[in-house]
Amino acid sequence: MELNAKIPEGPLPAKWDQRLREGHLVGPSNRRKYTILVVGSGLAGASAAASLGELGYRVHCFCFQDSPRRAHSIAAQGGINAAKNYRNDGDSIWRLFYDTLKGGDFRSREANVYRLAQVSNQIIDHCVAQGIPFAREYGGTLATRSFGGALVSRTFYARGQTGQQLLLGAYQALERQVQSGQVRMHARTEMLDLVVADGRARGIVVRDLLTGALGSFAGDAVILATGGYGNVYHLSTNARGSNATAIWRAHRRGAGFANPCFTQIHPTCIPASGPHQSKLTLMSESLRNDGRVWVPKRKGDRRAPCDIPDDERDYYLERRYPTYGNLAPRDIASRAAKEICDEGMGVGPGGRGVYLDLDEALRRIGKSAIRERYGNLLEMYERITGEDPYRVPMRIYPAVHYTMGGLWVDYDLRSTLAGLYVLGEANFSDHGANRLGASALMQGLADGYFIVPNTIAAGLARAGPSPLDPEHPAFRDAERGARAKLDRLIASRGTRTVEDHFRELGALLWEHCGMARSERGLSAALERIPVLRSEFERDLRLPDTGATLNESLERAGHLADYYELAELMCRDALERDESCGAHFREEHQTPDGEARRDDQHFAHVAVWEHQDGGRPPLLHKEPLSFEAVPPSTRTYK
Amino acid sequence: MNFVLQLWRQKNPRAEGAFSRYEVGGITPDMSFLEMLDTLNEQLASKGEAPVAFESDCREGICGSCGVMINGAAHGPIGGTTVCQLYMRHFSDGEELVIEPWRARAFPVLRDLIVDRSAFDRIISAGGFISVPTGAAPEASSALVPKQGADAAMDSAACIGCGACVAACPNASAALFVGAKLSHLGLLPQGQPERARRALAMVARMDDEGFGNCSWHGECQAACPKSISIDTIARTSRDWSRAKLAAGRRSTPDRTNDSVSEP
Amino acid sequence: MRTLDELAEGPPHDAAPAADASVSQRRWRTTVGLKVLMAVTGVVLVTFLVLHLLGNLLVYQGPTALNSYSAFLVREPLLLWVARAVLLLSAVLHVGAAVLLWARDRRARPVRYRRVARRSATVASRTMRLTGLGLGGFIVFHILHLTAGIIEPVPFNEHDVYRNVVGGFSVGWVAAAYLGAMGLVGLHVWHGAWASLRSLGVSRPSPQPKHRPVAWLLALLLWGGFTSIPLAVWLGWVR
Repeated sequence: MELNAKIPEGPLPAKWDQRLREGHLVGPSNRRKYTILVVGSGLAGASAAASLGELGYRVHCFCFQDSPRRAHSIAAQGGINAAKNYRNDGDSIWRLFYDTLKGGDFRSREANVYRLAQVSNQIIDHCVAQGIPFAREYGGTLATRSFGGALVSRTFYARGQTGQQLLLGAYQALERQVQSGQVRMHARTEMLDLVVADGRARGIVVRDLLTGALGSFAGDAVILATGGYGNVYHLSTNARGSNATAIWRAHRRGAGFANPCFTQIHPTCIPASGPHQSKLTLMSESLRNDGRVWVPKRKGDRRAPCDIPDDERDYYLERRYPTYGNLAPRDIASRAAKEICDEGMGVGPGGRGVYLDLDEALRRIGKSAIRERYGNLLEMYERITGEDPYRVPMRIYPAVHYTMGGLWVDYDLRSTLAGLYVLGEANFSDHGANRLGASALMQGLADGYFIVPNTIAAGLARAGPSPLDPEHPAFRDAERGARAKLDRLIASRGTRTVEDHFRELGALLWEHCGMARSERGLSAALERIPVLRSEFERDLRLPDTGATLNESLERAGHLADYYELAELMCRDALERDESCGAHFREEHQTPDGEARRDDQHFAHVAVWEHQDGGRPPLLHKEPLSFEAVPPSTRTYK
Repeated sequence: MNFVLQLWRQKNPRAEGAFSRYEVGGITPDMSFLEMLDTLNEQLASKGEAPVAFESDCREGICGSCGVMINGAAHGPIGGTTVCQLYMRHFSDGEELVIEPWRARAFPVLRDLIVDRSAFDRIISAGGFISVPTGAAPEASSALVPKQGADAAMDSAACIGCGACVAACPNASAALFVGAKLSHLGLLPQGQPERARRALAMVARMDDEGFGNCSWHGECQAACPKSISIDTIARTSRDWSRAKLAAGRRSTPDRTNDSVSEP
Repeated sequence: MRTLDELAEGPPHDAAPAADASVSQRRWRTTVGLKVLMAVTGVVLVTFLVLHLLGNLLVYQGPTALNSYSAFLVREPLLLWVARAVLLLSAVLHVGAAVLLWARDRRARPVRYRRVARRSATVASRTMRLTGLGLGGFIVFHILHLTAGIIEPVPFNEHDVYRNVVGGFSVGWVAAAYLGAMGLVGLHVWHGAWASLRSLGVSRPSPQPKHRPVAWLLALLLWGGFTSIPLAVWLGWVR
């Protein structure tokens, strides 16, 4: 597997211009000869499909939901970063780049991250023009707020619904292209396999979720924008339908999988209330701007939070990280919560929770200002828990939220397979070992609106319009394989439901490959996963609704892939014998419990190549070199 | 908690549907309505019966996938929420719940509680956008938007496209959905150039999809999980009438632009 | 394998329905246009009702005032017939639009709900079609009674409107019919006046869009004003 990142020559700020200058183009009248398949309709997918449609390519866009507007980007609450420096607080492209690189604990590519910071400003321009109702100051200018991991105020937001508004902007642009006939939308359609011929991605196999019919689409390029794989943990903040099947199938067809163990645990989620829990709900991190995180100082203190006097509270984030305090990055805040709960200070059912207290802010700026900023979040909290956050401190606990790992891509967002591009959370590119808040929306839109429409032309121009013959055996084989897998699942006649199996895998992974990992735990997980998998294959019960609309069948298909993915994650976590960002190996910590990175041995991207026949995957390494910013210890003290 | 469910079961769009009665037990007050349905489905699955098909995705009230009628109320009795964020503590133990899909000609039932809402996508694609190709945008701060205008636009933009407005309307009208989008874009300066065209196109498409008309019952606003105001429907009437009058004067529809700072 | 276009058996997700061709020809006949039409004609009819009421209230000034007012109307046939034509046209358009919309609404929900919980609709809003129908019947009766003199509870005198009114209202069932009909007027105007202004888009956005001061005023004025006359006759205040 060749890992050439194809980073343009020249100094960091000039690299993106250099790529635009040297790239091949496709002429306007030739673009309609190319068919591009976009899988996923979230921020990255919808923006890419719309932009490519505007350029004149023939685009097919696929989503498993009933409408592209429902993609899970819609649930992002907090905001989107950009280096506009509207606040005059010393922000710049360089600083956004630096913060993102440092936030990722120096496990991302300098050139990609710098480009992301450059493009960030264009995104805001474009979204404003689209009519995104960003928050405004009384003077009519755009408002910003600060977010975890940054000392400047650079996060643009639309109440607590920034993701929704940005997604609807992209969705509307997409629907405009649907209307003009440039894009064909295929909703309720799930990708089951990638079709590869002669080392090139040539199409996809899909299943119509309503009728259960299988079919194939041929294209000159395939773009995967299918989001992350956080649902491998069973409980996460991802939508119920989010899954890893598209990227996993692409991986099995030859696309390298990079840094699978880098998963972000979000510090501010509503704690689970019982085993019936179907998903975890996130409270925007922006609450940490005005909320203070604390636990009682005394172990097993059962008093109501308001009865605990200030000097008996431990504001542990402020104590341990005086500079960043409650705004410490996500991985640090999450781990700190876990540690403090492991010590027995946790609050709420099972002692799995810490307080996030708005009391001080309520007294400082008043209830109406707090409502203005977080009104809908607090309403949501009250609805779920039945407690009033204006009076009682909220209880929060970390939950799986985002996966920094994903399919490996080069500077042009092309995977290790020609013709296969991967955008947004589905790729690994920009966040290193940890993502900063309000950067996911930025990356998704950067990839979809501005990067892939420019970089895809070179690959298309080189190959020429050459749709693969529909009778090619590659299509037949892929379809047959997908059908066989479904038939196997449908034929299962065991006793345990999909959810039952799924819960067990999720719990195992959360235990051993969650916030803290160790060689012992990971090795145990690696032994256990194949056992769980064979139990799943042997003892599964699916409701007898056959091949048509059948959510259990879909979930069983996703789960079948998760076993393999979970194994790869543990393998990668074991291989990465250091602590960095969200990846915390218990063996590698400073005496006071901070992560200890090992740049000498692990300053690389770990890229895994699938091998057929049950052989273990092969590890390749893309070395990371830091020319502009020498790696420093990531400290937020 | 235990519940008796009267549930609409329908195999496919062409099949006859009917209500089936189920008893579901082991429900806790902290479960969401959908988790209650999950529990029912697990119980059905372990008996080998076909689970009840219903739609959901984000389960935090923002994607708009879920939605059923519970005892005749869209998204259930408490208002201002979707069914995924409706908790069983709002029901009483032993209660009988009648659960039906959204009913409208424009939303055909696909299976059980799942309906086809692609009509909404087609209404948006008819004109619910601002035509700005990627790359063509001016600097973000070049136009100032008064805070009141931005806030009012955001109020309307909060629509999640769940279809509860149509379901709750005695006429199965999509006026609130259309009004929300027209208001969102029409209240911002960026939306002015296409304001008239947008109103004409979206209203025409709404009618073609077979929705009913607005009789100002206000049921949509009461059912809307985002509490979008029926004021947006009045704005639709205004924008549409102005666009029609302007078109009648044979001037370009673009001349109907008017002031943005409405509220 | 099946290629892309074969896969889409049913209408594709983004396909327009077949009725699309009529979009450009259909000018004002959208749901919004019909509602505007209903609102405009409704405003005309309510305006007439207010004027009609003001005229009727002359009954309290005695026979001379009322009869000379009606004589004035008869002396100006042009004014009278233009007004009647406008009213008739408005009523026809109002009812026509209502019928079209009603047919549309019936089609829009082919399968009814088993259970319906109303949260915001009022008795008035839900019975607009019924009250409208009732009013239509009443108007015919009213014209036959007091304009054409075909229905004669008491002998009809073309030149003595006052006697016709007082005499008619002295008959129990006639008074009851008028009282009932005025209830319908109140309900219909209470919802209609409010809805018309919103259908015309002239109402201002408000945090409580269901507050309706104008509608209350008009409905109470019309209902109270018209109802007072048969009541006054019945109580013997006007004789």
